[in-house]
Amino acid sequence: MSEAAGPPGVGELFLRFTQVGVSGFGGVMPWARRMLVEERRWLSAEEFNEALGLCQLLPGPNIVNMAVCVGTRFRGARGAFAAFMGLMCAPFAIVLVLGALFTQYGDVPAIASAFRGISAAAAGLIVAMGLKMAASPRLRSVMAVFALAAFVGIALVRLPLGVFLLAAAPASIAAAAWRSR
Amino acid sequence: MSDALTQLAIDFSLLSLITVGGVITVLPEMHRSVVEVRGWMSGAEFAQLFALAQAAPGPNILVVSLIGWKVSGLAGAAVATAAVCAPSSVLTYAVSQIWQRFRGARWRKLVEEGLVPVTVGLMLAGGYLITLAADHSVAGFAITAVTAAVVLTTRIHPLWLLAGAGLLGLAGWV
Repeated sequence: MSEAAGPPGVGELFLRFTQVGVSGFGGVMPWARRMLVEERRWLSAEEFNEALGLCQLLPGPNIVNMAVCVGTRFRGARGAFAAFMGLMCAPFAIVLVLGALFTQYGDVPAIASAFRGISAAAAGLIVAMGLKMAASPRLRSVMAVFALAAFVGIALVRLPLGVFLLAAAPASIAAAAWRSR
Repeated sequence: MSDALTQLAIDFSLLSLITVGGVITVLPEMHRSVVEVRGWMSGAEFAQLFALAQAAPGPNILVVSLIGWKVSGLAGAAVATAAVCAPSSVLTYAVSQIWQRFRGARWRKLVEEGLVPVTVGLMLAGGYLITLAADHSVAGFAITAVTAAVVLTTRIHPLWLLAGAGLLGLAGWV
């Protein structure tokens, strides 16, 4: 399942991100991590965390930024475009077809209850990804305080993300700098 | 371009640059522009489109495609999707390139080291919030917990878990 290879070509970026896009029910990022880190091994677990950190800081949908970031890393502008189109094209077509069907058939109760089950499992995928990322060796230090602060600030206190990042990102980077003196 | 297409392009390209940390965070702003300012649809229709985008595979930002489609058909869908993705993607492309150039630079290492814990915390927070939003019954929470545990301890392909959970839902157990 996991063959390590050289840097992916433009076609492969398109193909793999298409797979990621169409698999991503209720959240695409776990599928992107699975493909990038576990299956293709294009990024190490640590590189994935770093890239995601950058993508979260930049404006725009995180998963779209991730595709652009990975595409750029391996194949420049063409790679970014290929990864982006892969991620978006098939799901774009699917969601429009679903939209058309939805206006036709309204809300069938059976479909709604199936989706409740799917969303519950999709939430589990995101929880598992968070826990896998938390296994990062960098969190086995005082820096774990910032992970805790992010969880408490966003999940429990429900601070606006922009406000939180404006305070937490510089503080965390300063702490990293102070630690490496 | 027709008026509606121009408006879609303007509204969603502005939205692109204020979307920090995911679609959920700009939902209120999107609602304001689509329902209150432009009057393109009712609040209930807006909520339905969002639920539909969440249920479909792919990035949740595709709710924008559905809004564009509702306003002005296929062209609207394409324009709205491109508008919401292009500005942020160009910025990400530029920053990624700068980032590549400073590979090995000390400040880049420090920025990454500082951001990783925050990123991990945000991802755990996302998992927590999505679980609360998705699950409204004990069975729902159980499915979430079992899915997470299975993904962490086995190599089963996650699509099987989604399919199984969909069947449980279909059977009326969720």
